[in-house]
Amino acid sequence: MSDLKGNNKLSKSTFISFAKSLASNRLTFSVVVLLIVVVQNIITTPGFFKITIANGLISGYIPNILDEASELVIVTLGMTLVTAASGGQDISAGAIMAVAASFCGLMLNGSEYRTDVFHSPYLLALLVGLLGGALCGAFNGFLVSKLRMPPMLTSLILFTAGRSIAKQITHGQTIYIMNPVYKWLGVQIPGVPIRTTIIVSTVTVIFITLLTRLTSLGLYIQSVGINDASSRLVGLKSSVIKFLTFVLYGVLAGLAGLVGSSSVGSVNSGELGLGIEMDAILAVALGGNNLGGGKFSIAGSIIGAYTIQAITTTLYAMNVRADQLNVFKALIIIVIIVASSDVFKTKIKHFTQKIFSKNVSVGG
Amino acid sequence: MKKLFVLLLVAIVTLGLVACESPTTGTPSKSGGLITVGFAQCKADESDWRKANTNSVQQALSKENGFDLILADSNNDAAKQVSDVQGFIDQEVDYIIIAAVNVDGWDTVLKNAKDAGIPVILMDRTINASDELYECWLGSDFYGEGVKATEWMKKRFSGGTPANIVHLQGQLGASAQVGRTEALEDAITANGWTLLAQQTGDWSTDTAKEIMSSWIQQFGSDITCVYAENDNMADGAIQALEEAGMKAGGDDGVAIISFDANRAYLQMTLEGKINCNVECNPLHGPKVAEIIKTMESGGKPSKTETVEESAFFYDTITQEIIDARQY
Amino acid sequence: MEKLKQEQNNSDCMGKQPGHNDEAGPSLKMIGIGKSFPGVRALNNVDFSLRCGEIHALMGENGAGKSTLIKVLTGVHPMDEGRVYLEGNPVLVRSPQDAQRYGISTVYQELNLCPNLTVAENLFLGREPLKRCLIDWKRMNDEAECLLKELNILAEPTAQLDSYSIAIQQMIAIARAVNTECKYLILDEPTSSLDADEVQRLFDLMRRLKKNKVGIIFITHFIEQVYEICDRITVLRNGELVGEYEIENLPRFELVKKMMGKEIEVLSDLSVHKDESSSESEVPVLEACNLSSGASKVAPFNLKIYKGEVVGFSGLLGSGRSELVRTIYGADKAVEGQQFIKGESVTIKRTLDAMKHGMAYLPEDRKAEGILSELSVRENIIIALQAKRGIFKRLSRKEMEKYADEYIKLLDIKTASKETPIKSLSGGNQQKVILARWLLTNPEFMILDEPTRGIDVGTKTEIQKLILKLAEEGKSVAFISSELDEMLRTCSRIVVMRDRQKVGELTDSDLNQETIMRTIAGGEQ
Repeated sequence: MSDLKGNNKLSKSTFISFAKSLASNRLTFSVVVLLIVVVQNIITTPGFFKITIANGLISGYIPNILDEASELVIVTLGMTLVTAASGGQDISAGAIMAVAASFCGLMLNGSEYRTDVFHSPYLLALLVGLLGGALCGAFNGFLVSKLRMPPMLTSLILFTAGRSIAKQITHGQTIYIMNPVYKWLGVQIPGVPIRTTIIVSTVTVIFITLLTRLTSLGLYIQSVGINDASSRLVGLKSSVIKFLTFVLYGVLAGLAGLVGSSSVGSVNSGELGLGIEMDAILAVALGGNNLGGGKFSIAGSIIGAYTIQAITTTLYAMNVRADQLNVFKALIIIVIIVASSDVFKTKIKHFTQKIFSKNVSVGG
Repeated sequence: MKKLFVLLLVAIVTLGLVACESPTTGTPSKSGGLITVGFAQCKADESDWRKANTNSVQQALSKENGFDLILADSNNDAAKQVSDVQGFIDQEVDYIIIAAVNVDGWDTVLKNAKDAGIPVILMDRTINASDELYECWLGSDFYGEGVKATEWMKKRFSGGTPANIVHLQGQLGASAQVGRTEALEDAITANGWTLLAQQTGDWSTDTAKEIMSSWIQQFGSDITCVYAENDNMADGAIQALEEAGMKAGGDDGVAIISFDANRAYLQMTLEGKINCNVECNPLHGPKVAEIIKTMESGGKPSKTETVEESAFFYDTITQEIIDARQY
Repeated sequence: MEKLKQEQNNSDCMGKQPGHNDEAGPSLKMIGIGKSFPGVRALNNVDFSLRCGEIHALMGENGAGKSTLIKVLTGVHPMDEGRVYLEGNPVLVRSPQDAQRYGISTVYQELNLCPNLTVAENLFLGREPLKRCLIDWKRMNDEAECLLKELNILAEPTAQLDSYSIAIQQMIAIARAVNTECKYLILDEPTSSLDADEVQRLFDLMRRLKKNKVGIIFITHFIEQVYEICDRITVLRNGELVGEYEIENLPRFELVKKMMGKEIEVLSDLSVHKDESSSESEVPVLEACNLSSGASKVAPFNLKIYKGEVVGFSGLLGSGRSELVRTIYGADKAVEGQQFIKGESVTIKRTLDAMKHGMAYLPEDRKAEGILSELSVRENIIIALQAKRGIFKRLSRKEMEKYADEYIKLLDIKTASKETPIKSLSGGNQQKVILARWLLTNPEFMILDEPTRGIDVGTKTEIQKLILKLAEEGKSVAFISSELDEMLRTCSRIVVMRDRQKVGELTDSDLNQETIMRTIAGGEQ
């Protein structure tokens, strides 16, 4: 008979330990923020969850968010890996996007600024674009892993010069690619009701997750990021692993560049992916990842990226005035960052502990 | 120490890259009765528009026309531009033309120019400085451009179709944005049109497309007019509309207003996707030459000089007009 | 003295306010200190007292609560229960800055100094003498020189800190602490990286401070040192106070007993296996010919290690013993010479090559080169094996867990679970995890560089036993330790290093402290 009481106690204590593990889990925070944004939308934006089919495409606010966030999600994946392995951030994503898209645009357009026909096979052009991204990544990776330069400083080179290089490739012009096939990657493949961006970003997330989970890459990256010297002594080639993450970052940024330019049907090297690296760093931080390297959570980063896009879309939907938009964004980000700081978390922990202990004493 | 070294190295590399595209500042030749003009351009190859602008000035102020032009390209570096201008003063040029990178920070150097007796002509971009310090400002009449667009809108919405406008603004604070926005807002008040929403697209196709997608979710087919303050944003809006299965432009689609009239977008005007595209003329060269000639002969230009600008409409534009364009 | 003790007992028993005895009373007193971390009771009702001008050893095995007690005292952790009295007045230390204000300074094992600043800058960091809002460099350097001279520290005020040895840096850290009007000085394992001579210099400094009425809390694992310098000992075990003793009333054996809470096992019977091991005719497991990593690291050396042999490497700190084994393992790059494994010539370019040839290396600096602090115990155990298998042959989760469980049990690793991050384990248990990591790769030749440093006596014994067991199983071990008797107990041969050169190999009857010392000193030549 006493079992009943025991059970009751057990469920309570398991609940408390569950709550505690939830509080200490790095994912919890980003999920909570995303939930707040969603709830806020239910209240302020009628039809936020409405999904319709327009012009053969599933559309609505949520598909919009998933669509618009896709470039950021792809870059964030790369940023997560680079951050984990090198303990620093690569800020050349936007420039790499421009370079990759410019290569691709050059292949497709020849030297014409506006054309309906492709000058070379579509898939080949995409591959060349990705290769361009990989080259940029390899350049950064070489400087970081072999010459031991800090990532932020290293990527400053491409951050500054990348768009100029892209401009040289496109002869300083915006390239307009009028062939509807070009928009397959960034808008829609005929007959598929889901935007290709959403498919591409999802597939990329799955690919990177599998890459880090099914091979030992994830473990290696974390080891190298936590302690380079220890990793070397257990036989890991830390410079190779760092180099690899930078190349992956380059390829992913390149892919984001192709998606981004495809979705607007043109390559504008001054505009493509402008400032995306900062959002990606923010997404990594929001995801509960340590910007100093080491352990990482892909899920956290991805949720962080979608949260950032959800905030932007929400502000548009609320018709916040243009001159106030950035103030609102900054305010929200300040709140999020303060709330995710360790000091604040400990305070909250103490607070909840107090409440718990009060509850227990009342119950006893 | 090592870090400092690396930092220095990067600085040198970066400077080197910049230096590669640095200005062709020659020594001014006072001889031969040529008029020496220093031209501080913000970034000579920034866009097709800026390129056409640079070319136009270079052609109009050529040696054959009696000028010796020194071009200094600051590559969008405000500090470099100020020192370029100071360089012109030290070289004792006859006139200085400035297409400013930054609106602020001009007082000292302009005072120096005034003390040296060198007239300054501001081109295209305005600055925050007392108008005592420069001779005249030459550029586009952005409010006038806006008026040209709203005139067309008046005709379009006179037949009973409600004018429900969404407004994609340029980068806030840019003189083009301020003028074009003001013209629209005045017309809305005067004609009783409805402004559904207003947001800045930062001159960007991508951002404009994103905002437009959101507005389509919100207002759907209520939208009858998009007022985009440059070609790129009009492009983004059109793509968002088409992806949502709505018609952009033409007689019965959502009316699209655009500005700048770059060649690629005149093509879209010809295709009917843009209804009204108001030009922002980059060909400042002839007008600059004219102003300088006036001053040489003792005349005084007015404080604000504008270049001729026209508007193109989907139902009147021809392929010939487009082919004749160089930007 | 008697009076004092009575006073103390009274206050302990009856919970009376202490510290009325102003003249001789304990100037720092902690009463009934309790502290819990999630899942652990780190301190339970612990009392501690420190008098002016005494050196007081705080002893206990790893996890006994020494560090927690210090952290509570210096305000790093808030305490759950208890009170702290300074000169009879209750105080609340909320932060390390607070502690400093009350005159409590700490010098940690990991020095909190800036290696790229000068000695004087380090001494005065944050409180530089000013002259018209600018730093008065001359005065700062002069004052630094005075301070260094007063404490007999051989360092130039204007030299960069990292141009000095760890020992000098340690003394500079102490000088800095003393200079902030410190009345209570806490030294956390200050001697663990010093050689004998440097330890003596440090002790001189401590005696000088003692004369100046500074109360010193001395935390160490070296029992000899405690008896050399301390006045009283407080022993903790499992977060509880075992007792406070005058040094003369507590013989060494008793101290160890109190720390471990059980009779210490007699190790002498462990050393019986030594003689059976090496035989000359065999092909050595590892042979190095003229191997060198450049003169600045180690001069060329020859070395043979046979199956089932434990070879010790002895020498003063900085003699090159660690560098020698690092060269064998490929952690330092060899610039000349050859290596043979079981008679076959091999090239070892990087550590992975060495691992593939059956080597394993437990580094000297566990924190900097051993543990992957944020990864779990499981991941720390399997990482070497996984690195050896390569990136695509990933161990399944099940295999990982199986290995982790197996070794946690085998080495008796005390951890909440195999998913606990290794950084929250005690030093001894971290070391066991690193050992497990290497045992899992099934090496034939293990290099253990100071495996017993900074860990508790119980684990030390376990590790020594493990080394002998490995040798018995036919594995070869290279063993480095600063404690000679530990090596004498386990090694069948001892290689002696001096000034980055191999100066001798001792076997059989030469294996005694005196011969080794003499070889290290090199007097005969």
